Amino acid sequence: MCEQCQERPAAVHLKNVVNGKKTEVHLCEVCAQDKGEAFMNDDGAFSFNHLLAGLLNVSPVMKQSQPQKSRRQPVECSGCQMTFDQFLKIGKFGCPKCYESFREQLPPILKRLHSGNTVHQGKLPERQGGTIHMKRKVTELRSDLKALIEQEEFEQAAEIRDQIRSLEAEIRDEGGGADES
Amino acid sequence: MSLEKFLSQAVSSWMNEDGPSSEIVLSTRIRLARNHHQYAFPTVFTKEEAQQTAEAVGAAVRQAGYPLEELKMEDLQGLEKRVLVEKHLISPNLAEDSGSSSVWLSDDEDISLMVNEEDHLRIQCLFPGLQLKEALRKALEIDDAIEQHFDYAFDENFGYLTTCPTNVGTGLRASVMMHLPGLMMTHQMNRIIPAIGQFGLVARGIYGEGSEALGNIFQISNQTTLGKSEEDITEDLLHVVDQIIAQEKSAREALVKSSGIQLEDRVFRSYGTLRYSRVIESKEAAKCLSDVRLGIDLGFIENVSRSILNELMILTQPGFLQQYAGGFLRPVERDIRRASLIRERLEMDVSKDKGGSDI
Repeated sequence: MCEQCQERPAAVHLKNVVNGKKTEVHLCEVCAQDKGEAFMNDDGAFSFNHLLAGLLNVSPVMKQSQPQKSRRQPVECSGCQMTFDQFLKIGKFGCPKCYESFREQLPPILKRLHSGNTVHQGKLPERQGGTIHMKRKVTELRSDLKALIEQEEFEQAAEIRDQIRSLEAEIRDEGGGADES
Repeated sequence: MSLEKFLSQAVSSWMNEDGPSSEIVLSTRIRLARNHHQYAFPTVFTKEEAQQTAEAVGAAVRQAGYPLEELKMEDLQGLEKRVLVEKHLISPNLAEDSGSSSVWLSDDEDISLMVNEEDHLRIQCLFPGLQLKEALRKALEIDDAIEQHFDYAFDENFGYLTTCPTNVGTGLRASVMMHLPGLMMTHQMNRIIPAIGQFGLVARGIYGEGSEALGNIFQISNQTTLGKSEEDITEDLLHVVDQIIAQEKSAREALVKSSGIQLEDRVFRSYGTLRYSRVIESKEAAKCLSDVRLGIDLGFIENVSRSILNELMILTQPGFLQQYAGGFLRPVERDIRRASLIRERLEMDVSKDKGGSDI
C-alpha cells in the first residue's frame, strides 16, 4: 500500500541501507509522479536517477538539514546556473562547479548515499594533487607524533614535528593553506 | 559465416581464458568515472562542449600510448551498438546517444573507455574469473596515464567529481559476475542479498537494476564510492565474494549429497533441451544453460567447455542472434534461431570430443 495516499498499491519501492540501518519507501505511481520523484522510461522501467531524486526529496533528513537560507533564496551554481532544487529533481549535477556552489547542502545527501561518509579517502590525481598529497602526509605524521609522545619517544617525536613544520611551510608557499590544528 | 568463425569474432578474447574461481565467478569489472574540470557534465553540456570533451579525451588517450581503437556512436548501426551492449563493452545509455559519444576499445576488448556517457570518461577493465586486484591495478594505471594529459575535476573533500552523487569520491564501481545456482536452489539468496547491503554492496540480476537473475547470474558490486580508498572498496567486495563462493560451494555439496540423482537428472534434462529443442525462449535458455554449466562444474558433463555459459548467455541475446542471422528477426524467429545456435554450439564441443554428430 502507498505510504503517501494509503489508497493505491505501492509500485515504487526504494530500499536504502545506511550504517546497517535499512529504510524503505513505498509509493504508488501517482504519488511518485506527483512528487516529481519518478517517471516511466520508454521501456516502462522507472528511471534510477528520478528514483534517486525522489529519495533525496522525500527524506525527512534532507528536509531538516537544508539550511534556512536555501529556503529564502534559491542556491544557484555559479558555473551552469543549475539551482539546488533542479539538482534535487533530476538527481544529477550540471558541472563540476555545482559541488562548490552546493557545498553546504551536500553533506546530508552524501551521508545518505555513502554509508555516512562525506569526505574522500581514496586516490588523488598524481599531477593535479598538488598540496593535497602534502596535507594528507601531515595528517599521517600528526597521528604518528601523537603515538610517539604517548610512548615518550621524544627524540623521534621531535624529528616528526620538524617534518610536519617543513611540510606545512611548503604547503603555505604553494598557497594551499596548512590546517591549523 | 560458420559459427566457429562467428564465435571467434563475436566473443571477446579475454573471455576465452579461465580466470581464478571461474567455476563460480564468470568475470570481474572495474569502472572509474572521471570528468574534465573545465566542461559542463553531459547532463547539460552543449554540442560544442561535448565535441571539446571528446577531443580532449581522444588526445589524452592517444598521448597515454594505449593501442585503443575508437568507435564513434554516430558511425554505428543500431544492431552494432546493441551487440556492444550485450558484450558489456558499452552501456545502453551510450548506445542511445549519438552526439559526440564514443568508445575506445583494446584489441582483446578487456579495456573499454566510454566517452560522454553519464560522465565525460568512464574507464572500464574486464577480467575473466575473480581478479579484482588485477583489474583495479590496470584501471588505475590507465587512469594515471590519462591524467597526465587531461585535467580531472577533483575536489579535496569530495574527491573525483561525477555527474551523479552516487559515484562521487573514487568514481569506482567494482563488480563481480557470479553464477549461483546452488544458493538459488537452496533458497538462500533472499537471505544473502539484504546481508550484502550492510557492507555497502549490492546484488543485482545480470541485466542491471531490479532485473531478475536470469540464469542464476548475479552481479555483486559496491554502492559506496566515497569515504573509502579504492583498495578498501575492492578488499571489502572481495571479502564478501569469497564468503559467497564458500556458501555456493557448500550449497552445491549439500545438493549433491541430499539429492544427487535428482540434480543429475535436472542437469541432463536441461542438456537435452539445449541439444535438441527447435524453439527456445531466452528465459528457458538461460535456465538450461545455468543447469548445464552446473553439470560441467560438478563433473556430470565432461565434453562441453566451461566457457559455454558466458559465451551463450551473450550469443543468445537479440542483437547477436540478428547479427548472426544477418538481419532483423521477429521474436518467434529469434527463438528458432536461438535454439539452432545453441544446438550448433554444443555440437562443436561434442564433435571435437567424439568426432561425430548425433543431431
